[in-house]
Amino acid sequence: MKPSLELNDISYSYHTLDGETHALSNISFSLAPGEFTAVVGPSGCGKSTLLSLIAGLMKPESGQIYLNGEPLTENSSKIGYMLQHDHLFEWRTVYRNVLLGAEINKTLTPEIKEKANVLLEQYGLKRFARSKPSELSGGMRQRAALIRTLLLEPELLLLDEPFSALDYQTRLTVSDDIGQIIRRSGKTALLVTHDLSEAVSLSDRVIVLTRRPASIARIVPVTFDLDKDTPLNRRNAPEFKTYFNEIWKELNHDE
Amino acid sequence: MNKISHGQELFLSRLRRHRIFVCTARVLILILFLILWEACANTGIIDSFIFSSPSRIVLCFWEMVLDGSIFLHIGITLYETIASFLLVTLLSILSAVLLWCSRKLSEILEPYLVVLNSLPQSALAPLLIVWLGATPVTIIVAGMSVAIFGSIMNLYTSFITVDQEKIKLIYTLHGTRRHALFKVVLPSSIPAVISNMKVNIGLCLVGVVIGEFLAARNGLGYLIIYSSQVFKMNWLLMSIVLLCIMAMALYAVIGVVEKLYMKRF
Repeated sequence: MKPSLELNDISYSYHTLDGETHALSNISFSLAPGEFTAVVGPSGCGKSTLLSLIAGLMKPESGQIYLNGEPLTENSSKIGYMLQHDHLFEWRTVYRNVLLGAEINKTLTPEIKEKANVLLEQYGLKRFARSKPSELSGGMRQRAALIRTLLLEPELLLLDEPFSALDYQTRLTVSDDIGQIIRRSGKTALLVTHDLSEAVSLSDRVIVLTRRPASIARIVPVTFDLDKDTPLNRRNAPEFKTYFNEIWKELNHDE
Repeated sequence: MNKISHGQELFLSRLRRHRIFVCTARVLILILFLILWEACANTGIIDSFIFSSPSRIVLCFWEMVLDGSIFLHIGITLYETIASFLLVTLLSILSAVLLWCSRKLSEILEPYLVVLNSLPQSALAPLLIVWLGATPVTIIVAGMSVAIFGSIMNLYTSFITVDQEKIKLIYTLHGTRRHALFKVVLPSSIPAVISNMKVNIGLCLVGVVIGEFLAARNGLGYLIIYSSQVFKMNWLLMSIVLLCIMAMALYAVIGVVEKLYMKRF
């Protein structure tokens, strides 16, 4: 099967007056369609840079990125990107926030509006469609942000620590919630996080990056033998600790 | 409604008392000042020819109301101030957008803006009169010249300090820089635009009065200069009082605009 996303020998450096910062070096991996992959690494190692490159917001210095076998075009509409903060605009209602992407892409058709209503209903936000974002809880805001991304019907979802701004309790439920939504949608997803337990509970595979300049230290496949494979159930499974420790050791063995 | 506890009630009544005290004190100061002024003028402690008095000012105002001349002066100054204010608001938003669109342009123009803004703009008024003639247009331009440079700089600063992550969001939704401008930068800068307007309305009034000092046949600024030259202190002080009231009223109008905006969000 053709990989959904393929990275081939990607390198990237930041240039400032003070000099050059080598962020990524020779990163290669590929994602199968429908696969949920997590990327973990020491903080500041260039995880977010990686997502920005895949989203086409920046150009790699060397190497190629292929989306469904095609070279990546700038800002491809097949990619949805979820940022660390929801960035719902306070001057728009929740409903109009959700439609922001469609508005920008000039696809504001009655079908899209209908779909937005259906998704708001599904994710329990129907009641708040006409409310201001400030009236929503952190978890609801993140769900609204997810709807905003999903309405553009991306094939590949990029998640840049989307739960890190939430408090711990909310974070567990929201990551469980959103993890299942993404699983059900069958979309390929790439999650960047510094939270190892989040990576293990959500993904099929964990890519461990080294310190800057980041390269791939190891790729750890994650499989759970559960009747109901949800992020919360995974956290209680006995394999969870094994994976956690394995990745933990990989991250810290060069210290 | 839920019942208010005793503590809360105490707090509210204390707050109410505080507010009443502040308001009464404000009004009392004004009344005392006016009484003192009137009394001093009438008993000859101060020379009423030079210092005028509240009753003489009111009388003078009433005379001018009766012959209708005051409405012309107030109307002209008001018209010039509002015209220059609207033009400043429009032009400074447009210029700030232009500067936001091109980083090169904004870097090139920065020192010029700084110089033009720090210059005492009243120095430009005589120049404008020579160039444009002694017409209301000159006075409107003089009003604009006081406010516009600072206004552009303030708005531009608020544009570029918009959360970069919000702009990144627009790009992740496959938007362009134009989308970033219309969906993020402008809407999130509306509070800055309004507070900028509050400053500008006052500055425009200053510029218009300076312009009227130098080149006008009517308007409150003209009235001030004329009456000082012919020693009609009643006129002069009345004009100043009218300017105070006008400044307050214009500021209040923008306050209402702000309230309307806040209510929407």
